Amino acid sequence: MGIDRRKFLTIAGLTTLTTLGKTVLGSSPAGHDPIETGSQAVKRLAMAIDMQKCRQNEGCVECTKICHKIHNVPDIGNSKEEIKWIWKENFEAAFPNQHHDLLEDEIKNNQVVVLCNHCDDPPCVKVCPTQSTWKRESDGIVMMDMHRCIGCRYCVAGCPYGSRNFNFRDPRPFIKETNPEYPTRTKGVVEKCNFCAERLADGLLPACVDICPEKALIFGNINDPKSEIRQILKSRHSIRRKPILGTNPQIYYLV
Amino acid sequence: MYDASKIILGILIFLVLATSPFWYSKATGQSDYLPDPVILTKDTPGKDVCVMPTDYMRSSHMDLLNDWRNSVVRDGERKFVSPNGHEYKKSLSNTCMDCHANKTEFCDKCHNYMAVDDQTCWSCHVEPKEEL
Repeated sequence: MGIDRRKFLTIAGLTTLTTLGKTVLGSSPAGHDPIETGSQAVKRLAMAIDMQKCRQNEGCVECTKICHKIHNVPDIGNSKEEIKWIWKENFEAAFPNQHHDLLEDEIKNNQVVVLCNHCDDPPCVKVCPTQSTWKRESDGIVMMDMHRCIGCRYCVAGCPYGSRNFNFRDPRPFIKETNPEYPTRTKGVVEKCNFCAERLADGLLPACVDICPEKALIFGNINDPKSEIRQILKSRHSIRRKPILGTNPQIYYLV
Repeated sequence: MYDASKIILGILIFLVLATSPFWYSKATGQSDYLPDPVILTKDTPGKDVCVMPTDYMRSSHMDLLNDWRNSVVRDGERKFVSPNGHEYKKSLSNTCMDCHANKTEFCDKCHNYMAVDDQTCWSCHVEPKEEL
């Protein structure tokens, strides 16, 4: 039956105390406003590919060679099962939206270097059921965790650039020269370019950028207005692969 | 009890047969076998100490390796500072196997004894070539 005065006062007092305590303890200390820290530009790594310079050295595949060598990418020798991190593609295949019959011959008939676009809004990340691929917050690289990959190949289907390949069989017998410093992959996982995250950690540039004899690849932080890549993008016309899909690719092609 | 002698004899024979694996291993000395992993340290100057004390490594190296894996792959933290202040690169193939360069005599010894399946590591991570 009803509550007496004493009980009502106790409950009311405790409620007030709890509410007060929450507001005092729960308030964030000054200087830790998330919006405040967010305003500082976060690092965003991107690459610009100078197609003019790249064209000068027709048939050059130095970037592919070095990348596949240091990352133990197998050469299966069968286009259905091939695995590639960086490779050359016909202009029409790489830029289907930009292609037309009357395009300059030197663009139309030449191949372009393609790799993982490290999209700002990567569809592969959205579809991954195990979160074994994700966009790194510190620099925007789309990373992969081979330990977690279950080989469902949703990402292969999701990527509009064909940048992901599945290991249909044990890749080890197909690696000519194994680099002991980098793991191989195993049967049943997907792999792709990782922007040489392991080299970046050591303060090195991606291997393809380093090796390119024409210096056609420019790599840097796109959020830094003073960076080389920002300067060159400001001064030259650039295109991206299938930008209409809204993935916001971070590989820029200088025409 | 009818045929007591036969039944008791049968029970005895059963007991001996059922426990025979234990007697066998005792008799041949197999039960006293303990794996004796050998460290054949490669010449790595300045790296004559392990990343953690031996006792910890014996009991918990797998936890350490799991931690390393997660922090390197997921968080990009590749540096490890040991309790005695040394800095190491978190890497199985490049740090651990630099000193413990003999997988067959070191890792495999205990893993085989304990029936630990470490193929999950070595199907991707490259083990160092062992000079025979």
